[in-house]
Amino acid sequence: MSAPATTTYVLRGVRPYGTDPADVVLADGVVAAIGASGTVELPDGAAEVRAEGHVLLPGLVDLHTHLREPGREDAETVFSGTRAAAAGGFTAVHAMANTTPTQDTAGVVEQVYRLGQEAGWVDVHPVGAVTVGLGGERLAELGAMADSAAHVRVFSDDGKCVHDPVLMRRALEYVKAFDGVVAQHAQEPRLTEGAQMNEGVVSAQIGLTGWPAVAEESIIARDVLLAEHVGSRLHVCHLSTAGSVEIIRWAKGRGIDVTAEVTPHHLVLTDDLARDYDPVFKVNPPLRTAKDVEAVRAGLADGTIDIVATDHAPHPVEDKDCEWSSAAFGMTGLETALSVVQQTMVDTGRMTWADVARVLSENPARIGRIDGNHGGSRTAGQGRPIAVGEPANLTLVDPSATRTIDGRSQVTASDNTPFAGMELPGRVVATFLRGRATVLGGEVVDRTAVDGPAADGKTLEGVTR
Amino acid sequence: MKHLLTTQGLSKDDAILLLDTSAQMATTQSRENKKLPTLRGRTVVNLFYEDSTRTRISFETAAKRLSADVINFSAKGSSVSKGESLKDTALTLHAMGADAVVVRHSASGAAHQLAHAGWLDAGVLNAGDGMHQHPTQALLDAFTIRRHLVGNVGEDGRGTDTSAGADLSGLRVAIVGDVLHSRVARSNVYLLRTLGAEVTLVAPPTLVPVGVETWPCRVSYHLDETLEQWQPDAVMMLRVQRERMSGGSGSFFPSPMEYSRKFGFDARRLAVLPDHSIVMHPGPMNRGLEISAAAADHPRSVIVEQVANGVAVRMAALYLLLSGTDETSTDERNTL
Amino acid sequence: MNPGSRMPESSAPLSTDPSTDPSIAAARTVLGEADIARALTRIAHEIVERNKGAADLLLLGIPTRGVQLARRLAERLTQIEPAFDGEYGTLDVTMYRDDLRRQPTRAVGQTVLPGSLDGTIDDKVVVLVDDVLFSGRTIRAALDALNDLGRPRVVQLAALVDRGHRELPIRADYVGKNLPTSRSERVRVRLADVDGGVDAVVISAASTTQASTTQPSMTQPSAGENGGAR
Repeated sequence: MSAPATTTYVLRGVRPYGTDPADVVLADGVVAAIGASGTVELPDGAAEVRAEGHVLLPGLVDLHTHLREPGREDAETVFSGTRAAAAGGFTAVHAMANTTPTQDTAGVVEQVYRLGQEAGWVDVHPVGAVTVGLGGERLAELGAMADSAAHVRVFSDDGKCVHDPVLMRRALEYVKAFDGVVAQHAQEPRLTEGAQMNEGVVSAQIGLTGWPAVAEESIIARDVLLAEHVGSRLHVCHLSTAGSVEIIRWAKGRGIDVTAEVTPHHLVLTDDLARDYDPVFKVNPPLRTAKDVEAVRAGLADGTIDIVATDHAPHPVEDKDCEWSSAAFGMTGLETALSVVQQTMVDTGRMTWADVARVLSENPARIGRIDGNHGGSRTAGQGRPIAVGEPANLTLVDPSATRTIDGRSQVTASDNTPFAGMELPGRVVATFLRGRATVLGGEVVDRTAVDGPAADGKTLEGVTR
Repeated sequence: MKHLLTTQGLSKDDAILLLDTSAQMATTQSRENKKLPTLRGRTVVNLFYEDSTRTRISFETAAKRLSADVINFSAKGSSVSKGESLKDTALTLHAMGADAVVVRHSASGAAHQLAHAGWLDAGVLNAGDGMHQHPTQALLDAFTIRRHLVGNVGEDGRGTDTSAGADLSGLRVAIVGDVLHSRVARSNVYLLRTLGAEVTLVAPPTLVPVGVETWPCRVSYHLDETLEQWQPDAVMMLRVQRERMSGGSGSFFPSPMEYSRKFGFDARRLAVLPDHSIVMHPGPMNRGLEISAAAADHPRSVIVEQVANGVAVRMAALYLLLSGTDETSTDERNTL
Repeated sequence: MNPGSRMPESSAPLSTDPSTDPSIAAARTVLGEADIARALTRIAHEIVERNKGAADLLLLGIPTRGVQLARRLAERLTQIEPAFDGEYGTLDVTMYRDDLRRQPTRAVGQTVLPGSLDGTIDDKVVVLVDDVLFSGRTIRAALDALNDLGRPRVVQLAALVDRGHRELPIRADYVGKNLPTSRSERVRVRLADVDGGVDAVVISAASTTQASTTQPSMTQPSAGENGGAR
């Protein structure tokens, strides 16, 4: 939104990418100045954010979010979901296509795009369905969605696998015309009929139908070979097994244009959690073993896996407060993703904050073609460097904070977080979307407050620790 | 004992207490007056989401022999079939003052959730949840094995059971058939091992779960070899459903004839076993598929006795769940 | 057959010595080994006198210590009345108790009738044997249990100690010793073949925690201890 003159912010003592402290000035939607810590004068009417020691990252970009609107507004709306995204440090999300009606026409993707703009919390980039109604039988009008106001570049039947190899080949080829990418939900349907959880030691004991790793790996193997054959870009959603990491590593070694994502929950949770049959741990793809968790962490650290994406999947209480086999798949993730990445990758020394910026902002923006290097809409300024003149899409994190997760107190409209009761490190204290604060002092800033003069000319103590 | 949900993790002491109590209950069942006043005034709800007349009647008989009030709540003809959730049903049973809920459900974990989701505070007795567990079946199997192979009740099962306090150390039990889908197999593997018996699962590889390697048992793909070389003291045949053969996620075996040839139990295979060995089946049997009529009706078959023992074992489980002080006081419960 | 050998209900050690148990203040022995032996001999004679012999006599001990007392009475009866076959049985009353929900779960004991009876007690002269007669509730349960086994001609009751405080209209036909007690006191019968040591009947004031419990039926059960409403 082209809000009138936004507040000018001076971020004091922040550490860009976790490096040396600096003062960063945000004005007119861009990074206006960067100076040595404590040296920048406070301009008239500017707000000072005292954030010594906090880490400044480019605004996070989620390539995989379920906003549920239209159709399941009881679980989430574009407004509530993007508000949660801002709270989690995101400045852009890709809204998955499995809405009702499906995002398989220009009309529906434009509707979601507009809802995102009206909400104003983050940039919403609708993902287009690959096949009509996610039915896996006929290609949706991919070109129309690409040419629409929503400027769709990512196409996915997520929730379902494009399992027909011919259809997958055609989709991979077709989207080349507009530099699109097919994001595959890798799940061989016959091998996962009735599947409830990872197939292995735990499923054998607790009697839930198993979901073999090979059901994921076989599709990924097929798709990377297809992508190689037709010279297309392929993105693999939420890979979850050690074998999948190996296949991606092999494919990249061959020069295949494939990117891969892992979810925060697959970086830390295992199938052991199913033992109490709490459906909050039921997710697609399923939680895997400790060995797989280690493999995806290693793959993320060495660049085999390009991005972390939330697969934020809100569900109303009744869809989780039931028998495991009747419960819906999915867990929320927007507000816990950064903390999980900090805990599993940064605090363990496997990644730097610059790496976090790469996997949670720069790479997803590049894959979604919203990084400004590929033309596109006016909202295509995500995942950019923290540098003077760049769009002020930024996230400020206090890495020393800890918080205990409570599903009900999250911003998302649904409670189904698998991290409930757990203590996670790090807290998003501020998020800026083109220079406008969507989160300040760790609290989301509702539009009326932002547009008004409330924040002007004050030192915001709420963000000072 | 607040709930009986699984045999995995059941202590040996508790398992033997259950068997010993079952033996006492069995004694009372040979009397003219089979009814005991023990659970008078207590309410047992049979909550059956799956058709299983046999199991329901067994539990109903057990509860009535102990003078409990029994309410049968089955999926057919109740609000369950209209889509009422497990949670709402549980809240209803709580409001009705159920002291124990016997639950049979097609979803693995349903009993565990009833016991632990905070929907009701009654004791929960798992009467079979999906492919997970069926603990009273395993207990009645162990009880039957103990009576015959430790307690010397004789071939007709009428002798005095002298096995009180005993475990099943040194006994060998072969469990044959569709292990993958079987809650009976899962329950028995853990209970029999806890009681000291050795277990071998015998099945085609398609009907053994991936991940079986952590189970406390051996696995064989060959019935004849197991019978001849391992000489089990008891052979437990599992029901095999014909629909496993084809369609859907089927194709677990090529044909009923081939299954029967390789894994069916018949008089020829019985002859290979030691003279004291017994043949078991949890029922209902597919005669001619997993077991031949000659084997099922053989004097060494204890299949009918398993059914009778089921009542005694369920009486014991209900007694141990429902006697003793409540964790929540009765006054508190009555105000809810 | 040793019907009393498995009683997992006992949470307290069976061989607790009251004189060293800190929870019991000022235990005193009211019957010694010789007193108990004399009392049992007298009861045996009274049984024979009252019933004009030992025809159709069936001693049924109530676990745990009642069974041992029944065994000792049977030995004495064999000496007094050579026609007596020396057999005795065990009558478990657990499933007939009225306090199952007030106590931790009790293990169900065995009911064992002498083999010669062929499973029936019809027309027998049944003498129930228990260690301590207190509220009478155990005997009430025993009468119900007997009822389910058959129809004896007559039922009599022998108790080593009658400590009073009856809550039901029940009296003993044969008593080893009448022992005036206060309700809060504890009476323990210790038998060498169950508890080790030497035979004794010990009376003690309840510990402070026990004394503050107004309902004696809420105390923890312990075989051989009759502070509870047995």
